[in-house]
Amino acid sequence: MKGIIDLQPWQLAAAYLFIILLLGIVRVKGIAREKEIVISTLRMSLQLFLTGYVLAYIFDFSHPGFTILILIFMEAFAVHNIYKRSKAVLSKKLKRIIAFSMVSGSLLSLCYFLFVVIHISPWYEPRYFIPIGGMIIGNSMTGVSLGVSRLVDGMNTHKHLIESSLMLGATPKAASRQIVNNAFDAAILPTINNMVGMGIVSLPGMMTGQILSGTSPTIAIEYQIAIMLGIAGSVSLTVIMFLQLGYKTFFNSRSQLEI
Amino acid sequence: MFSLKSVKYKDILDIEELFIPSGKVSCIVGESGSGKTTLIKLLNNLISPDAGIITYKETPLEDINPVELRRNVVMLPQSPPIFSGSIRDNLLMGLKFSEKPLAADEKLNAVLMNVKLEKALEENAEKLSGGEKQRLALARVLLLEPEVFLLDEPSSALDESTEDLIIDMLVSYSKAANKTLVMVTHSQKVARNFSDIIIEIKKGKVISKKEGIE
Repeated sequence: MKGIIDLQPWQLAAAYLFIILLLGIVRVKGIAREKEIVISTLRMSLQLFLTGYVLAYIFDFSHPGFTILILIFMEAFAVHNIYKRSKAVLSKKLKRIIAFSMVSGSLLSLCYFLFVVIHISPWYEPRYFIPIGGMIIGNSMTGVSLGVSRLVDGMNTHKHLIESSLMLGATPKAASRQIVNNAFDAAILPTINNMVGMGIVSLPGMMTGQILSGTSPTIAIEYQIAIMLGIAGSVSLTVIMFLQLGYKTFFNSRSQLEI
Repeated sequence: MFSLKSVKYKDILDIEELFIPSGKVSCIVGESGSGKTTLIKLLNNLISPDAGIITYKETPLEDINPVELRRNVVMLPQSPPIFSGSIRDNLLMGLKFSEKPLAADEKLNAVLMNVKLEKALEENAEKLSGGEKQRLALARVLLLEPEVFLLDEPSSALDESTEDLIIDMLVSYSKAANKTLVMVTHSQKVARNFSDIIIEIKKGKVISKKEGIE
């Protein structure tokens, strides 16, 4: 099996021609986006170079401490990103639920995936732990983010409906069931749609990377199927944990709506 | 039945003392913004007072499970929501919420007759007119057969003749079944003609409590 073609600096530099082309188009069209394009290109290049060197170091000198540290960093970034992405003001209680469900749901799925499905050895093997962790945590973050926005919006928009249900003797759970169900649906829909188009509409990044580096497409596909199932499981788990605990933060101990 | 002592809620309500008896029809009247809705929300425990004590059958509300309380003391808001689906779905929704056995179509039709809504159970509830929706919501509450009905302007979307019919039915039903009916109304006529007790509220204070028709 052939190995991957190592890109020479001039070859990589040649790829930046696409950005020069893009800059040319926006200038001709008079679209004021040059600054953003240059900054995002520089950021992307710098971030990836840095990550590349850090990962190369960690892979060469693998140690459980490094793996755990990176995992903590990824989880913290994901939780912070969910807070930042939310347009609504989040209560402290809801923020705690977001952090708890994000971390516990994705870690549980990641551990099951690595230790039961792939069976990695040693347990902290960064070559598997870090990229797979990134995919599972990243997708769960997107799911929870969507769930947060739908839950908060739903609770605010349907305040009257929830209160009217409570007046009839509904429990907070029954009164918010429809909103929770809609939020779950919206949060997992992108993952489901992604699975439907997989291999036809898009050739996923991980699989492409494996194929380019010389892995047999059949092995790459096996990994891709496994990771897609892992992502679907993790997104569902984190979102359902968040919603099942999250809706309760809108009610007090007297089952009164507090918005 | 309900007893309120030194009850304060934000700067909306400030009630020194109020007693609402069981088995009677009590009407709460007053200008808009006087705190009428807030008062029945307090009785339903949808909100809690900032100060003072409210008791139901001599037990402070804080000592009663709020969901259980609301199943015995059901409230109908002024603009009740209509859930998507048929008239049957809407009628059964209340029973589902309060975890009571679902009623057969015969009973559902009978309750629709009571509120003068002659519609098929399969009809789309969202296509009903404002007055019909209000009567459907009232039928939903009647099906629950609670001890106390807290009704916020139950006839606000009805024309005068339907209003009389519906309120008359409500009063007759609650008297016959020995239920307690607490009604917020803007209509002096409804209060005068149908209530045993008229409670008048002004700027959050009870300014008078007098006997009605009896």
